Amino acid sequence: MLDFVQQLVSGVALGCVYGLIALGFVLVYKATEVVNFAQGDLMMLGGFFAFTFIGMMGLNYWVGFAGAVAAMALFGMLAERVVVRPILGYPQFSIIMATIGLGYFLRSIAGMIWGTDDLKIETPFSQGVLRIGSLVLAYDKLSVIAATMILCTLLYLFFNKTTLGTAMRASSENMLAAYYMGIPVKRVVSIVWAISAAVATAAGVLLAPITFIHSNVGLVLGLKAFPAAVLGGFGSIPGAVVGGVLIGVIESMAGFYLAEGWKDVAPYIVLLAVLLLKPEGLFGLHVRKKV
Amino acid sequence: MRFLFKTDYEDDIKLFPHSGYFVSYGILIALLLIAPYMLSSYLMSQLVFVCIYATVGVALLILTGFTGQASLGHAAFLAIGAYTAAYLQKYNVPFPVYFLAAGGLTGIIGAMVGFPALRLTGIYLVIATISFALIVEEILARWESVTNGNEGMRVKTLSLLGVTVPRDSPTFYYLCLAVLVLTIVGTLNLLRSPTGRAFVAIRDSETAARSMGVNVALYKVKSFAISAAITGFAGVLFAHKLSFISPEMFTLQLSIEFIIVILIGGTFSLHGAVLGAIFIVMIDPFLTYLKDDMPGIIAGIAATFGAGPATAGNIQSKVAAFASLNGLKGAIYGIIIVLFVLFEPLGLYGRWLKIKLFFQLFPLYKRATFKRQKIYVKSERNR
Repeated sequence: MLDFVQQLVSGVALGCVYGLIALGFVLVYKATEVVNFAQGDLMMLGGFFAFTFIGMMGLNYWVGFAGAVAAMALFGMLAERVVVRPILGYPQFSIIMATIGLGYFLRSIAGMIWGTDDLKIETPFSQGVLRIGSLVLAYDKLSVIAATMILCTLLYLFFNKTTLGTAMRASSENMLAAYYMGIPVKRVVSIVWAISAAVATAAGVLLAPITFIHSNVGLVLGLKAFPAAVLGGFGSIPGAVVGGVLIGVIESMAGFYLAEGWKDVAPYIVLLAVLLLKPEGLFGLHVRKKV
Repeated sequence: MRFLFKTDYEDDIKLFPHSGYFVSYGILIALLLIAPYMLSSYLMSQLVFVCIYATVGVALLILTGFTGQASLGHAAFLAIGAYTAAYLQKYNVPFPVYFLAAGGLTGIIGAMVGFPALRLTGIYLVIATISFALIVEEILARWESVTNGNEGMRVKTLSLLGVTVPRDSPTFYYLCLAVLVLTIVGTLNLLRSPTGRAFVAIRDSETAARSMGVNVALYKVKSFAISAAITGFAGVLFAHKLSFISPEMFTLQLSIEFIIVILIGGTFSLHGAVLGAIFIVMIDPFLTYLKDDMPGIIAGIAATFGAGPATAGNIQSKVAAFASLNGLKGAIYGIIIVLFVLFEPLGLYGRWLKIKLFFQLFPLYKRATFKRQKIYVKSERNR
């Protein structure tokens, strides 16, 4: 039983990271109908930025964290301006390819700048553990869970209660109509990329004590975030986090109870099952057009 | 300038619209046939890879370019073909049999992937095919009794009708070339048949195709099966060319390379698959060249512009250090993909058509002829 709870908590913590990356997908998808295959790589880059600020320049953890988030928000806007904006309105496939290319580029550049070793960031959470009875919970995992809950709530409120959030949802439904209604669509898209890069950075920094930062971490985790996003329904913010947590728990349980090898494929088997049985996911609004 | 007058349907679907085609393709075939006697063995080896990649590119074009079903899982089909060949070879099955068996099995698996894919479009299909490829990769690594796991499988030298064909012999090159040419001709024939027309109709509008009486489900599955089968054939050749296969050769990276092949070549014509394959395969020798010669050349240029020998040497070592950086290939891939998507969406073949039209219509060519239309209104989510 104790093993089960331990596995559950580490699964939830891992799942929250998937959820945070999936949140990035969902934000961009919600606002622009674009699926950003470089989301995991934005997370990786955010982790490296934080490492530069905290590990190399010796800044305070929170200052470095904020600096990395701000820098990555700017980088997200830059990426949107250079890669995505010229091809908005073209078939989705072009944009997917463009973001795959962007991901390749970021991975190689990060490898060139920061090398290929695993890097570690010293965080205030990396040492302590919380003991409840005989249950031992590490602070770094709890911090991931808490941060995910806070971010998810904030983003949910932002999207559903603020004017800017409504404008984002409107421009995802129909860019042209949103533009006619006076919404500055280009700026909205730009802001959404900034937010999604910032969320990715938060994921990267929180993740750093758990899996370390290296140039391929984004690819590995980004691919795991797809099942999370699909399971939650591709356009839903709470869905992304719930999906991420479920995928994390499934992966963790499969690794503990099933034979070796199941751990890596379990998320994708779940993904295929979801796509076959309930393509709209748990929280999604998938409208199927009847002919 | 040549004007083609089409007076009936047969004129419209001719494989060779006019006699010029015989001349140009005849010259091309002749050059390809004498290539083994003209080129170095390294370039010959690259040419074999061009043939294999182009075959996969044609397969992917049938599915992605002409039926509109994006797939990022073709490395898995290639792997299934390669492993089928390697496994059957252990039991001394002759080449023609396991060649066909590999294609057949991959085709059946392709159809099995096609059925669930019927309900998926766009991004969901891409994600589903990625998952399929990742699962296949894991199975290859774990099913040790058949695939020998991560240690990989050795592929014996090909023997065709009692004659051994080493992987770097001209005969093996001719075999790959023959497979490529047969695939291209077969695909051209397929695309001008009712089946091919149905594929294109599905790509352009599923709704319209269905209302014209096209059985969308059937043709999508057919497209998946045909595309997978061709990739399976290519997989057999791939296995023989490498003479050793292991799961880490068939990763997502390879699937993305195949997509880059058709993206760079152009997704609307079979020429694109060949041009893209040449591009992708030749990037490696080009990078090697860059690594070996570029520092010297740049230092030479710097010297002619008045830099002293010390500065020139400094520049040379810096450029050399840059060129041998680890991730340079990935960065160049990334930049190439982004640049093609942004500035040359029709690919290399599209560029060729533009240049040709420029000279045909001189001075009347206008850029807007090839302009794509942007659609801001339609949300693919609700399609």
